[in-house]
Amino acid sequence: MKIHEYQAKQLFREAQVPVPQGIVAKTPAEAAAAFKQLGGAIAVVKSQIHAGGRGKGTFKEHPQQRGVVLVRSAEEAEQNAARMLGSVLVTKQTGEEGKQVQTLLVEQGLDIARELYMGIVVDREFGGPVLMMSTEGGMEIEEVAAHSPEKILKEPVDIDYGLFAYQARNLAFKLGLEGNQIKNLELFLNKMCKFFLASDSSMVEVNPLVVTKSGDILALDGKVSFDDNALFRHEKLKALRDLSEENPFEVEAGDWGLSFVKLEGNIGCLVNGAGLAMSTMDLIKLHGGLPANFLDVGGGAKVDQVTKAFQIILSDKNVKAVLVNIFGGIMKCDTIVEALLGAYEKVGFNVPLVVRLEGTNVEMAREMLAKSGRPIISATDLTDAAKKVVASLKA
Amino acid sequence: MSILVNKDTRVICQGITGKTGLFHSQKCREYGTQMVGGVTPGKGGTEIDGFPVFNTVEEAVRKTGANATMIFVPPPGAADAILEAEAAGIPVIIAITEGTPVLDMVRVHRRIQHSKSRLIGPNCPGVITPGQCKIGIMPGYIHKPGGVGLMSRSGTLTYEAVWQLSNLGLGQSTCVGLGGDPIVGTSFIDCLKMFQDDPQTEAILMMGEIGGNAEEKAAAYIKQHVTKPVAAFIAGRTAPPGKRMGHAGAIISGGAGTAADKVAALEAAGVVVAESPADMGTAMQRAIKNKRR
Repeated sequence: MKIHEYQAKQLFREAQVPVPQGIVAKTPAEAAAAFKQLGGAIAVVKSQIHAGGRGKGTFKEHPQQRGVVLVRSAEEAEQNAARMLGSVLVTKQTGEEGKQVQTLLVEQGLDIARELYMGIVVDREFGGPVLMMSTEGGMEIEEVAAHSPEKILKEPVDIDYGLFAYQARNLAFKLGLEGNQIKNLELFLNKMCKFFLASDSSMVEVNPLVVTKSGDILALDGKVSFDDNALFRHEKLKALRDLSEENPFEVEAGDWGLSFVKLEGNIGCLVNGAGLAMSTMDLIKLHGGLPANFLDVGGGAKVDQVTKAFQIILSDKNVKAVLVNIFGGIMKCDTIVEALLGAYEKVGFNVPLVVRLEGTNVEMAREMLAKSGRPIISATDLTDAAKKVVASLKA
Repeated sequence: MSILVNKDTRVICQGITGKTGLFHSQKCREYGTQMVGGVTPGKGGTEIDGFPVFNTVEEAVRKTGANATMIFVPPPGAADAILEAEAAGIPVIIAITEGTPVLDMVRVHRRIQHSKSRLIGPNCPGVITPGQCKIGIMPGYIHKPGGVGLMSRSGTLTYEAVWQLSNLGLGQSTCVGLGGDPIVGTSFIDCLKMFQDDPQTEAILMMGEIGGNAEEKAAAYIKQHVTKPVAAFIAGRTAPPGKRMGHAGAIISGGAGTAADKVAALEAAGVVVAESPADMGTAMQRAIKNKRR
């Protein structure tokens, strides 16, 4: 689960991780008031969406307006906010459709001496969380990682303690920090790692992490995602979820225990198991088609869940054909067919449907299909299924 | 021979009184697995469908001589169940549970690394030695005894591969579902070692997926240490970057762990990589033929 920058910074503040002073604004007037309240000569107005690249991003309605701007007066804050709020921000990470900005964060300006990078992720290789830092703050960290991996410093984070002081010092010296900066980084990282562990985060990224001219170290940005599997023990964090940032179909699918990801193509897919679902998508592409979605009904889905899955797939207007690929293990093939025939009654299929079934109760399921009299195209194996669904688009 | 489990393996189920735990314990017993009991704290001393139930794993081991466990404990208690099994000295721990918090698994991983117990999973279909012992949720009937060792990060995709192998007359020595989570107990390399050392295993089929670098590391290991024919398939070759595809592990980020990288690394190690998921079985056939020439 992702959260907004302003929410991340609030959590950082509560965890005693230093962040700049900031005020949330939902209207232009609030943005102006925030500028005055902060009391500085400058302030930064930042769009709050779940995507990076906001500083370089521009608005559909106002192509000259950037997603993050420096302002020098309350009026300027208000004018910028008026253009940003309610408009659609397009960045490298949002895709062409962009995201509507509903909230702004107005933050104090800082005297920045250096910009660093900090990230924490759970890493397979280390078998636990790893803290990454780099002198190349403010930049595209993926580029740095790809072209000069030696510039990414890594320290394992102890699952019970967090980061030890010596690890922080090692990093500080390698990053070229000096004087009070070293102690400040140590404190910052200590609190940040403890926050990561206590909140069951799966990723925390601060880019840039800034060193001010007076040696303070603050999180100028904050991206946090939490481990969905651990949210059951974090009621408070659950409340930070912003459903408007998520695809409504993905949200609906999630509520039904289905794993769904919307894609750009026109062939709807219903598969059991993530690996098989990914492979089915691969196969469709190999045969010249484009999947409209990834949908994993999981291992033990019931008839109503599968019916919902069909409804979600068919509600996508791009879908021109549907491929069902089930290898029954726990999932019984007859359950799928029962739901499929139910979906015919309730939703109605107006696109070709190709079905490939194998595994538990397959004979019974095939018989049910044959008896139903529905115009279902059955496939004998994976390749046959992919070919038939692609061909059905041309028919 | 085979790896991890065979006809002499004595299995308990942690979480046996749950609906799923019981159902699969019954299915495993039907397959011929020696299911000797189960554990549900607070229900010790009772019996469920002929399975004796114990309060603790320690007691279950002492009274049944169990040397493997199958874990169906729900996510909040799954890591603890694994630690309990390890503390009781069970050599093979197979965790089926899906949705364990990742930091819980980090804690487990630290203990298990220096332990004599081997953990498979979590979030995996289990382990089967066809005709001898099935521990997990896979449909038993698709498997055939034989010489292909199979290891995979996925569930149903594994069934698909087994089905293809069996239809081509290629039986399996042991099939291992490693699990789709970011932190799992057993890696491809651990499994490759066991298959390489197992006399019954003549060839190895490996199913990876996008994300992480487990496949790249496996490729390097194969190049150096594996003399048996190896074939592979990588799922998610066409998945868009940054999207989570069901498995927490299957995320591409920042260009690392792409399918192209993995395929290139495997091919450089002499592995036959199946272009399409429909060709996993035939890729194995080709790999076996190539090495025999």
